Amino acid sequence: MARMTLDELRALRESKRQDLARRDVEGKNIQIIVGMGTCGIAAGAKQTFDAIAESLQKHGLEDKVVIRQTGCMGLCYVEPTVEVVAPDMPTVIYGKMTHDMAESLVVKHLVEHSLLDNHILDRPAADIVKK
Amino acid sequence: MAKKNFILVCGGTGCESTRADEIYRTLIKEAELQGVKDDVQVVKTGCFGFCEKGPIVKVLPQESFYVEVKPQDSAEIISEQVIKGREVVRLLYRKDEKAASNIKLEDIQFYQKQFRIVLRNCGIINPENIEEYIAREGYTGLEKALFKMKPDDVIEELKKSGLRGRGGAGFPTWMKWDLTRKQPDPVKYVVCNADEGDPGAYMNRSTIEGDPHSVIEAMAICGKIIDARQGYVYIRAEYPLAIDRLKIAIDQARDMGLLGKDILGSGYDFDIEIRLGAGAFVCGEETALLQSLEGKRGMPVPKPPFPAIQGLWKKPTVINNVETFANVSAIMAKGAEWFAKVGTEKSKGTKTFALTGKINNSGLVEVPMGTTLREIIFDIGGGIKNGKKFKGVQTGGPSGGIITERSLDEPITYESLAALGSMMGSGGMIVMDEDDCVVDIAKFYMAFCVDESCGKCAPCRIGTKQMYDILNKISKGTALEEDLDKLEKIGKAMTKASLCLLGGSAANPTLSTLKHFREEYLEHIRDHKCKSGKCKELVVYEIEPAKCIGCGLCARRCPVPCIVGEKKQPHVIDKAKCIKCGECFKVCKFGAVIKR
Repeated sequence: MARMTLDELRALRESKRQDLARRDVEGKNIQIIVGMGTCGIAAGAKQTFDAIAESLQKHGLEDKVVIRQTGCMGLCYVEPTVEVVAPDMPTVIYGKMTHDMAESLVVKHLVEHSLLDNHILDRPAADIVKK
Repeated sequence: MAKKNFILVCGGTGCESTRADEIYRTLIKEAELQGVKDDVQVVKTGCFGFCEKGPIVKVLPQESFYVEVKPQDSAEIISEQVIKGREVVRLLYRKDEKAASNIKLEDIQFYQKQFRIVLRNCGIINPENIEEYIAREGYTGLEKALFKMKPDDVIEELKKSGLRGRGGAGFPTWMKWDLTRKQPDPVKYVVCNADEGDPGAYMNRSTIEGDPHSVIEAMAICGKIIDARQGYVYIRAEYPLAIDRLKIAIDQARDMGLLGKDILGSGYDFDIEIRLGAGAFVCGEETALLQSLEGKRGMPVPKPPFPAIQGLWKKPTVINNVETFANVSAIMAKGAEWFAKVGTEKSKGTKTFALTGKINNSGLVEVPMGTTLREIIFDIGGGIKNGKKFKGVQTGGPSGGIITERSLDEPITYESLAALGSMMGSGGMIVMDEDDCVVDIAKFYMAFCVDESCGKCAPCRIGTKQMYDILNKISKGTALEEDLDKLEKIGKAMTKASLCLLGGSAANPTLSTLKHFREEYLEHIRDHKCKSGKCKELVVYEIEPAKCIGCGLCARRCPVPCIVGEKKQPHVIDKAKCIKCGECFKVCKFGAVIKR
């Protein structure tokens, strides 16, 4: 991307802000967000990331889902953490999502449209940017 | 087929003990009885951190937040909310009787103890994509600093915000910037201190890993205000992921014209370089850091002159911690008034802490200043592991002190922690339980300081070693009572006479444990006893002949070996040879091995 002027920065911010609000990335309307700070990676987040991708392929969902990475959510005691944003489903953060949980996460949440029990966590604080 | 509702029942230990499990089961039973088991799913979740109002039940997608729920409320939740689509108003949380009852979780953080300013983007954006930072108010602060606000206005804004340095000492940020700005020298520098060295602290690492642009933006703002062209981030080499993400972020900012020549067409030039530290603790001290940045050996130099007057290469330099910078970009985006509403009168905003040790929910927390330690440890942290008793919490790492049960309700501010003989420090928070020994802890931190003392000044170089030797003697049971006075004497001298804060605060863990747990020190000295068994030299393992059946398991496990005995006859431990590993104690099924 070329160097921007002030106006270009503002235009970019507005369009990206709308993208984030639409929850729609690259034409895919489901997002799986994996926490990839040092703590997450140490707990196996990379393997989880790969296992989720594999599982999505298995269920023919790779065209609908985008897997993203983010930093540490602060919930180090239940790493790896994975957030799932999908239409018709509440947005949920799951903890202790080791690679062997990937398959049940995809099946439960995306195929059966129900929540994965005993792994749900609360976001630790309200988002100050939203307001 | 999509479900109509999801019912989340808190499964934290606090709520479990207040019958959350029963509620979970009755909700499932009621859903079945009322014929809606396919419309609703009942699940258990982690702790909501609002245990005093537990058990908590949350219904999605309405985000209904029910408190003090009883098992007999289950039928109503199902019939009202799932079948008729109405909230059960009487169970909704109200702040007080008059307040509107239908508060939505996302509107207000009424039940959450945490408030995230520094970590606002951590766990939300992709740190390797600058566009996601920009989308969330990113670089609006830099915009203001470049085009809208004069340097005076920015300084005024920081002053109004009340932001103080988050590296630990709490110096007002605006004052540092203003002092540097007023120096006539045409060459100035901005330095970010990312040399997080406290054992157990990782807030800065996580901030850079999760949101590197919040630091980059603030450094550019600072550069503009003080009129510097070059910034440096001094970060320890043992943070490879943070370094990678910082590099990517700087490259992206440069590509888009947010760093480098003529930023956003404003005519202002500013760039940032990364400098890696080799991991010496003393390089977190600002003057030592600047020495190391210049390529010299990392040793502190006397202050004054302060870096604001004579810093990097003898040029006026603003040096701030990662967290301070991350706050600046938020203040510039959202305004000083917004920021100043958070926190206490003298300590504004929030503080991040790395909560570790004997705690259930270890992790990265950010709370408004003025939050109590009890709230952090018991509400956010979920209390002590395995139901053990809380003993103390060490804040500020090797520079801080232990804070005991008595002071748990003290609101956290720079002043209150200092008054307790500890300090804010960078924000490591290590929780200890009844199984920890204060002598062992003091010895650990003193050993750390002996290793990390740069050796330049005598009080620190000699003092830490002398204090360590005494602590070591105490842990072996060979010290005398007057050694405690010596510890205090040397500690006080070091505090007063050391060149930098490493030596100046190295005695804190010892002095504070000595103040609060003198009895435990005396037990080691007088009775040669360490209750927790952490001081190995004081522990004696023995076999009680009456209980020993002579199975020989302990003898087989002993790595020395020093346990002898005939088959089916009581065994004996040769105490002279025993290395006190405790294996025999662990494996004995008959309680015959005793620890004294």
